[in-house]
Formats: sequence, C-alpha cells, structure tokens
Amino acid sequence: MFERCSKSWRAQRSEPGGGADGDDSLYPIAVLIDELRNEDVQLRLNSIKKLSTIALALGVERTRTELLPFLTDTIYDEDEVLLALAEQLGNFTMLVGGPEYVHCLLPPLESLATVEETVVRDKAVESLRKISQEHSPVDLEVHFEPLVKRLASGDWFTSRTSACGLFSVCYPRVSSTVKAEIRQHFRTLCSDDTPMVRRAAASKLGEFAKVLELDYVKSDIISLFTALASDEQDSVRLLAVEACVSIATLLPQEDLETLVMPTLRQAAEDKSWRVRYMVADKFSELQKAVGPEITKNDLVPAFQNLLKDCEAEVRAAAANKVKEFCENLPEDSREQIIMTHILPCVKELVSDTNQHVKSALASVIMGLSTILGKDNTVEHLLPLFLAQLKDECPEVRLNIISNLDCVNEVIGIRQLSQSLLPAIVELAEDAKWRVRLAIIEYMPLLAGQLGVEFFDEKLNTLCMAWLIDHVYAIREAATCNLMKLVEKFGAEWAQNTIVPKVLGMANDPNYLHRMTTLFCINALSEACGQEITTKQMLPVVLKMSNDQVANVRFNVAKSLQKIGPVLDSNALQTEVKPVLEKLATDTDMDVKYFAQEAISVLALA
Amino acid sequence: METTKLPPSSPSSPTTGFSVPSAEKVDGFPRRSMRRARQRRSHSSSQFRYQSSQVELTPLPLLKDAPVAELHDLFCKKLQQCCVLFDFLDCVADLKGKEIKRAALNELVESVATSRGVLIEPLYPEAIKMISVNIFRTLPPSENPEFDPEEDEPTLEASWPHLQLVYEFFLRFLESPDFQPSMAKRYVDQKFVLQLLELFDSEDPREREYLKTILHRVYGKLLGLRAYIRKQINNIFLRFIYETEHFNGVAELLEILGSIINGFALPLKSEHKQFLVRVLIPLHTAKSLSIFHAQLAYCVVQFMEKDATVTEYIIRGLLKYWPKTCTQKEVMFLGEIEEILDVIEPSQFIRVQEPLFKQIAACISSPHFQVAERALYFWNNEYILSLIEENCQVILPLVFATLYRVSKEHWNQTIVSLIYNVLKTFMEMNSKLFDDLTASYKVEKQKCV
Repeated sequence: MFERCSKSWRAQRSEPGGGADGDDSLYPIAVLIDELRNEDVQLRLNSIKKLSTIALALGVERTRTELLPFLTDTIYDEDEVLLALAEQLGNFTMLVGGPEYVHCLLPPLESLATVEETVVRDKAVESLRKISQEHSPVDLEVHFEPLVKRLASGDWFTSRTSACGLFSVCYPRVSSTVKAEIRQHFRTLCSDDTPMVRRAAASKLGEFAKVLELDYVKSDIISLFTALASDEQDSVRLLAVEACVSIATLLPQEDLETLVMPTLRQAAEDKSWRVRYMVADKFSELQKAVGPEITKNDLVPAFQNLLKDCEAEVRAAAANKVKEFCENLPEDSREQIIMTHILPCVKELVSDTNQHVKSALASVIMGLSTILGKDNTVEHLLPLFLAQLKDECPEVRLNIISNLDCVNEVIGIRQLSQSLLPAIVELAEDAKWRVRLAIIEYMPLLAGQLGVEFFDEKLNTLCMAWLIDHVYAIREAATCNLMKLVEKFGAEWAQNTIVPKVLGMANDPNYLHRMTTLFCINALSEACGQEITTKQMLPVVLKMSNDQVANVRFNVAKSLQKIGPVLDSNALQTEVKPVLEKLATDTDMDVKYFAQEAISVLALA
Repeated sequence: METTKLPPSSPSSPTTGFSVPSAEKVDGFPRRSMRRARQRRSHSSSQFRYQSSQVELTPLPLLKDAPVAELHDLFCKKLQQCCVLFDFLDCVADLKGKEIKRAALNELVESVATSRGVLIEPLYPEAIKMISVNIFRTLPPSENPEFDPEEDEPTLEASWPHLQLVYEFFLRFLESPDFQPSMAKRYVDQKFVLQLLELFDSEDPREREYLKTILHRVYGKLLGLRAYIRKQINNIFLRFIYETEHFNGVAELLEILGSIINGFALPLKSEHKQFLVRVLIPLHTAKSLSIFHAQLAYCVVQFMEKDATVTEYIIRGLLKYWPKTCTQKEVMFLGEIEEILDVIEPSQFIRVQEPLFKQIAACISSPHFQVAERALYFWNNEYILSLIEENCQVILPLVFATLYRVSKEHWNQTIVSLIYNVLKTFMEMNSKLFDDLTASYKVEKQKCV
C-alpha cells in the first residue's frame, strides 16, 4: 500500500499542477520514503531521522493510516534504524493529530519495546513514558494500560523488562480497579523467574513506590523490597539498596525502624562486596532518607565497617563519602561522632594498602577542616594532610593539592607551605608528563592562595622551566598557565618577572624554544595590554621574521595576526605591514600562506 | 576508555563506580605503569569474613589405619575438619592448621577415589556441606579493572592449595562408582547449582577447568537438574550479552553446551531453537568474542548437524551481526561460515546463497588483506567449491563485479593472485556466463566514464 503512495507522488509530480499545495515539495518526500526501503543502512537511517518531515508532508491522516502501519512493519530492521525510530516516535503526537490520536503510536512502540537490543528497548520505553502523559485518562485505560499488561505477560524476558518501566507512569491516572491490577503485575514481575526481569523490577521499585498510596507502600512495596533485598543474585540485591533511598523517604519516621532498617542493616553486611559497595556509594542519600536519629544509632557503626571493609572497592566508595557523611551529621553531636568514630578510621585509610582508597580519601579529606574548625584541623587533620602530601602515589598528592582551598579558609595555607613546596616540586618534575600536566593546572589556584611573594620566591622558576619541557603538551599548558597568572597578578608583575624571561628565549638555539616565545606572546599580549605588547613584544616578534627555520617564520605571521588587534594602527601600518609583506613573498609556501592570511585578517592589503 | 574501576554491575546505574582519579582525567589513556604496580599482587581471595581461626585443628588418625567400624565416623570428622577456612593472603598465618587440612583433604580424595563402600548415605550432606563452605564465595573484584583475558595475566585464587583439593574431592565424589544420584539430588539442588554456575566467573583458569568437568558430571548424573542448568546458563549468557559484557567462564560453559547439544532429541524442542536464535547467535556480538569463538562455533555447527533446518536462522543471524568495524572479528566470522558451509546441506545452501555471497563479496573487497584472504580461501575448499559450481548461475553474477574490480585495485599482491585463481576457476566452470558478465561489466564501466 505504501509502495503505491510513494509512486503516486512521483506520478503527481510529472503532471504539471497536479496537486493543490506544492507538489514539488512532495518529491523529496517520495525520495525519503524510498530511502526508508533502501538496502544501505545509512540511507535508511537518514530517512528515519527526517521522519517528522515526512509525516508533516503527509498530513495527520495519512501518517496514521499509511506511515505508521508501514513503520510497524519495519521493526525487523537493523538496531541503529530501530533506535532512531523509537526516538522519533516519542515526539510524534502532534504529527498524528494531537493527544486524541496519540494511541496510534502505541503499536510500533510496543514492538520496539520487545526487541533484543537493550538500547532500542530502553529508548522505546522512554518514548512510551513520554507519550503516556499525552493520553487522556480514558485512553490511558483503553489503550495504554492493556499494552503494559501485554508486555508484562510477554513470553520473552525483553517485553517483561520493558513493562517494568511503564507501571509508574500510568498508575496515578487510572481507576482503582486498574490500579489493583497494575500492583498485581508489578508484584508478579518482582518474583519473575528470569533475573533480568527481577533486576528491571528492582531498579524501578523506588520510582513505583513514589506513585503509590502510602498504605500500599507499607503493605505491598515493603514486602517486595524485602524479597528483592534478599534475592539469590547479588545483582538484584544491590538494586534494592537504590530503592531503599526512595522508600525510606516516603515512610514516616516511626515506621522506618521496623519496615526498612532490618533490610538496610542486612545489606550493609551482605556477603557480596557489590552490595556493600552499593550501600557505601549511596550512603549520603541513605543518611538523608533515614534521618538523624537512625544515623546516629545505625549508620555511624555501619559506616565505620564500610571504611574498614576487606575489599578495597568498598573502602574507596566509603572514603569518597567521608566529607558528605560528616557534613550531614546532626549538629549537636557532629564533632563528637567525627572525633571518636570517624577520624580513627580515616587515620587508618591514610596508610591503606590500596592507592585508589587513599586517593579517594585525599579527594575529600580536606573538606573535614571546615567542619572541625581551626584547632582540630591543626591538631588532628594537618598530620594526615602532610602524610598524604608525601604519599608514594602522585594521584594522592595531586588530590590534596587540588583541594587546598578548603584548608586555606580555615587555617591559612602557610601552615602547609613548608610541606607543600617539596610536594609540588616533586610533582612538577615527575617522570610522567601527565602528572606534570595535572599539577600545572593547579598553579593559578595555588598562586592565588600562596600570594605573589611566595610565588615569586618558590614557584616562578618551576613555571618557567615548564616552558622548555620536552613534551609539547606541557609547554602548551605552561603557556596557558602564564596567561592565567598574569590575569591574577597583573600586567606590572608580568613586565617585571615573566616577560623578560619569555623574550629571552627568542634567542635560544633550539627553534622549539623560540617558538614557545611566540606562543607565550600570543597568550599574554591581551592580558599585558597595548603598551607592553607594542614596546617589548612586537620588536622581538618582528626580529624573528628573519629566523632561518620556516616554522618559526610562519608562527611569526600567526602571532602578528593574533596580537594585531592589541596594537594601534600606526604600529600596524609602519611596523607589522612591511614584515608581513616580506613574509608573503617567502620561499616557503606555508609562510606565504599564513602571512597572506594575516594581511587579510588585519585588513592591511 | 577511562580507567574506571568496574562498578557493581547493575543495569540501571552505569555511572556509579570509582571516581576517575584526577591524574587520569587529564587524558583518556590508561597508565600502564599503574597497572603494572597493581599486578604485583596477583593473588586474591574472597572469603568475606574468615571464621576466627581460633579453631585449632588437631590431626586425626589416618583413614587407612581406621578399623572398618570407625571408618565412616572418621571420614565424617575429617569432612567437618575441612570446613574450617584459612587466610591465604597472609601466607604465614596458621601454617600448622593449613597443613592438617591439606593432609585431611588429600586423604579424603584418596579414599573416595580408591576404596569402595565409603560413600554411604549419611556422608552425602556432610560432603556437600564441606564442598559448599569451601567453594561458594563472592568472587573478589578484579584486581585489574580492564582485565583483558588475551593480554593480561589472570588473578589467581590465593587459597588454591586447599580449593584444588576440595574440587578434586568433589570430582572424585561424583565419579565414584558408589555415587548414588538419588541420594545426592537432595543436597545437590537448584540453589547449589546456581552458586556453582556463578563461580564460572572466576578469573582463575584452573578453577574454571575444574568447574567445567564438575558441572558436566552433574548434568550427566542428576537428570532432574538438566533443564534448570540450561535455563541458568541461558540467563548468564543473556546478562553477558545485554547487561555486563563481562563473564570469565563463557568459553567453559559453551564447551559443556557443545556436548549437551549433541544429545538433544529430534525434532528439536522450541526451547532449544530459541536458545540457538536468541542466545547463541547474539553471543557473536560480544566484544570479547575471540576468547570463546571456537567453542561458540562448535555449538553452532552441532546444532546444524543435529537439524539442518536451523541453517537459515544461523546464516541470516550471522549476517545480521556481521562486524562492521572490527576486522579481527570479521576473520572469525568468515572462519565460522566456512565451518558451517563444510557441513551444509545443498538444499539449505540454496536458501541462503544470495545474502551470503553478497557479504562474501563485500569481504573480498575489504582493504584489510586478512579479511579478503580469508574469504578467498573458501575457493580452496572442495565441498564449498562444488556448491558454488552447482549454483554458478546465481553466485557468479553476485561476486563478479567485485572480483573484477578488486583484481585491478587491491594493494596486496597475494590477494590479487588469489583473485586471479578464483576468476580462472569461474571461467572454467562456466565460460559462457563468464564472458557475458565480462562484456556487460565493460559496457557498464564504459557508461560510467
């Protein structure tokens, strides 16, 4: 049927004035439709992506009666095409005639929700969730809910998995009889034979709980939660931990102890490290959901255990949460809990055998200083920071350095500077260029906190040394670093400390270093302003136009183009223009090219 | 390619996991040096909490010295003694206890293997309990999050000195002539089998090897568990394909299945066909295909030999999942296709020849010479050649243009000469058709110019 319609358009087109509104515009549509059947996947894909154009041209009625049935038949296509189709159909409501007809989109999406490939299925479910909102309550019961039921009782696990994601979107808007059916279906899927389906159900448990009436949360959800949390497969149990957060949020405080806590306690001690990892990973959310009293009595010991877990994965996940957990402790007992229960575990983690654990801790430990205040920081935390600054693993040291701002606020960075310097110097000279690169990125931050004097005295030489690093990425980052420093310390500082050194490199025998001068000028001219640029930088650049290495010469042309806007027109006309004109006649074609480009960009022709 | 540690596998939370350490955020390259550092500790164990080792083991009398009347009692005591677990990560901890347990296990193995009449009913629950306590454990997180089974050394199980003997005992137990399935089935139940299957994810190849043999015996002797075992293997594969892409024991499980398929009754049940179409064929999409491809191809061919009517499903399935960018996988697919064609029935061949030879033509024109070469080798296979000859009228037009073009264009001389041989073969098969195609190809080419 559809074949005919695409042909008929072409026929129409050949008759002059055949249709009423724009036959010519229909021809490309016919081509698109032909492409939907093309052997080449890429062409089919392109066409699917323009599906809304096709539908718009066809009009709502033909879209419903011809295009959608045709698309429903294409469901045997490549996964890529199906994915694009599933996505398109989610935005099709207006194209089939608005909410009144939105249920026409259900058949193709239903088939897409049963395919094997997970990404396609997930996208189909996403689109179904989207269009469910556009159904009227009546249509929801007549068309949408039966679809959910069909999926929920499908033969193959794929359709049942998809169904899990659809209960929560239709539940709030259907009658109580249908609601009861939906609850029953969900319950069935929670004890499905296939672990894939149970996992899908477990991952939607929290979401479903949120739309249920509180009584049903207590009667239905809790028993499902308990069952899933003691499933035989750890992959199911760990998903129940996620649901635990939503469920605990929904219940009144007095029910938590009996309905949720036994399960949560069991999860925190699960024999599978994956489940314990999940508890550690969700710890802040759990803490907020269960409230301060349960936190004090239950979560503090649980957290201690996780910090001491036998698997490094779990310890690292818990270490990541140390700051957040401490921050959210009830204020009246916060300090006492941290000092007596948490800090001893933290101290042990500083010398953990696993570098991921230490590095996770290093990324948050500085945050404790704001919570504990000046005295405790100096007495208890500072030794830990210092120990981590000397850690054998560069990542740990970097994480400490990158979080210095927290400590700065509490005790001032000077307390650390004695230890900081050797750590920075060592990282700055690390054999791995990626480590050097990472420390460069923190230089502007450090400079801001340590102040200009400390910087000039201790760090300036490092920053200049990076400019002649043998790795290009480091030289590039060092250049950018200089720019940020100038932005921080001002043009005058630049003129006195940096610019002379940078310009001095213009006479270096290594052409790579001479080029670094040019790159620095590119980066610094704007921050340094017109005067420094014209008086100090420009002469050097112009002089380098006679360099014997062509790479330097064409970089001169590029630099002139870059700093041109900072210069006044006099300098441009009298100094820059002659040099560029000379470079434009260079023997090297690249030099010529960039010189001509600069001339035209600076409008000097 | 971030070096994120494997998070607990969960379909809904792909973002949870180790935060990427800041030094690695700099760029996406895993840092070899760091991985080296971690590989130093290549032993791992995973008993969550060791029982307090306060339980001092005292050596019991030897089984062989025991009077017959006390033999079973002593056997039982030794089984109970072997339920004590030891910490092998600390290699000097409780050496005496470890030695006592090792000796006891050795004796148990020896006794089950050699003496008759030892396995009496009351020993079954004790034996299974000892096995369960020792082998069932949550496997530890991988030491190396980007573990590549082809490149990296696997992490070995630290407690292997004991574990191996436990597995050996289990195996001898199952293989003993005294073994009574009717008694064992009360203890080797579904839950037991499920835990056994989960162990196939072990990174230690020695452990997987034992598991493979043991599961095979269980499947052979405990008939009531067969359907359940197949279903759970299905689930493991589906999870591997669609959720995690990670499971160390795929090859071993396929090897077991290879021998199971052989025993399927005819006509094939729909459960088995579904397994082929919805599990075995999609397994070809896995990234780590190379690790289990041989076993997978064997299973596929077993199915075909069992029931020729599944041929079309198989070939169309492979064509659907044909690798688009990975040439290494393409070569594997071509290898599998050759294995299939080796045993294909001529009537089935006719049903798939068109799409199949379109794909083969595409492979011949691959710029990767190994792909082109592998495809052209089909013409060295006498059976395939005979199939091609019978269907020359259909196949030659499908591949002719490609052969002609590639013979003029390919950069690799080996490919060019292989193509000449193929063209020559075709010319001898049907010179009339060959001349017609040559003529029309030239006309076509002329038109383009």
